[in-house]
Amino acid sequence: MVEQAEAAPRARDPRLAGLRRIAIVPAYNEEESIRRVVEEIRAFDRELEIVVVDDGSHDRTSVVAEECGAHVVTLPFNLGIGGAVQTGFRYAFDNGYRLAVRLDGDGQHDASQLDALIAPVLADEADIVVGSRFAERSGYQSSRPRRAGITILAKTVSMLVGRKVTDPTSGFQALNRHAIRLFAADYPHDIPEVEAVLLVHKHRLRMMEVPVRMRERAGGQSSIGAVFAVYYMVKVLLALFVGLFRRNVSPLEDTK
Amino acid sequence: MTPLTVSIVAATASVALLVVVFEMIRSRRLRERYALLWLVTGVVLLFLSVWRSGLNTIAGWVGVTGYPPAVLFAVATLFILLVLLDYSTVISKLADQNTVLAQRLALLEQRLRDRA
Repeated sequence: MVEQAEAAPRARDPRLAGLRRIAIVPAYNEEESIRRVVEEIRAFDRELEIVVVDDGSHDRTSVVAEECGAHVVTLPFNLGIGGAVQTGFRYAFDNGYRLAVRLDGDGQHDASQLDALIAPVLADEADIVVGSRFAERSGYQSSRPRRAGITILAKTVSMLVGRKVTDPTSGFQALNRHAIRLFAADYPHDIPEVEAVLLVHKHRLRMMEVPVRMRERAGGQSSIGAVFAVYYMVKVLLALFVGLFRRNVSPLEDTK
Repeated sequence: MTPLTVSIVAATASVALLVVVFEMIRSRRLRERYALLWLVTGVVLLFLSVWRSGLNTIAGWVGVTGYPPAVLFAVATLFILLVLLDYSTVISKLADQNTVLAQRLALLEQRLRDRA
């Protein structure tokens, strides 16, 4: 992966010139995969800064990420993916980044596909772009029971927002400053992506899905076990339902 | 058989519980995670108070012969125990995290003072 970076740099979109941009990488016990994730992001774009949010890992995730030259924010204990990712958005907001991408620390998101995610944001066609593994059904498609769960959530979410959403649980995303401001102020707990789709819709931000291929996780363990999955489905469906009746929280304001 | 008045009062109370919990989630005073057990409690109690013959049958199973609504109280008590137990674990976790936060904050302040 590093060799790739040292070869001739690929032609970057000219709109990226001087644009402060950051990759947010939530990681929980990912010491085996975090180095590769950081190196792949760097190979994709050297000017893309990287913040690894270590969600209270018990292993050397923070140490390894720091060795790789990423900014590292280490949470004092495990907040869950929602709290960890929002920490990344707050970091991006506080430090004035105009573009953020999000990749998981387990290596299932392939940084070389970030171009497809970033393009619609740069063209101002969307405020948030989500990489969908089901839009073209290629790459790792997740296990069968999990896929069934995702289908139920996708159907529900599509109905609620009145638009087809194929992969509401994907954390492979690109966001502009509007979306960063919103998520820095208000982001769902636990496993946030599904509820975030509704949140984005209610705030009238533009969301778009682009097809991506995902990989099977490179190391570590998924945060979702079988019992938890059932609980999670019930919780998310409840949250989606209640979310319809909720007042919006104002996004954080830029000071200047 | 359960007196009709008891059924009506119990059903009303269950609905009230559900409405209050829903409103608390909506206004963000209660997280979904902590609301779920309350909602299950409300739904089960509502179900038992409306399904009057069912309450009778269940009373028979557990040997309550004189006064079936006693089963309602028993079930309500059981769920309240569950909620309390769940909250005890939650409080324990919060206390642990609070300790960690206080320690980290104090160490951080100490480091800042040393630099000043």
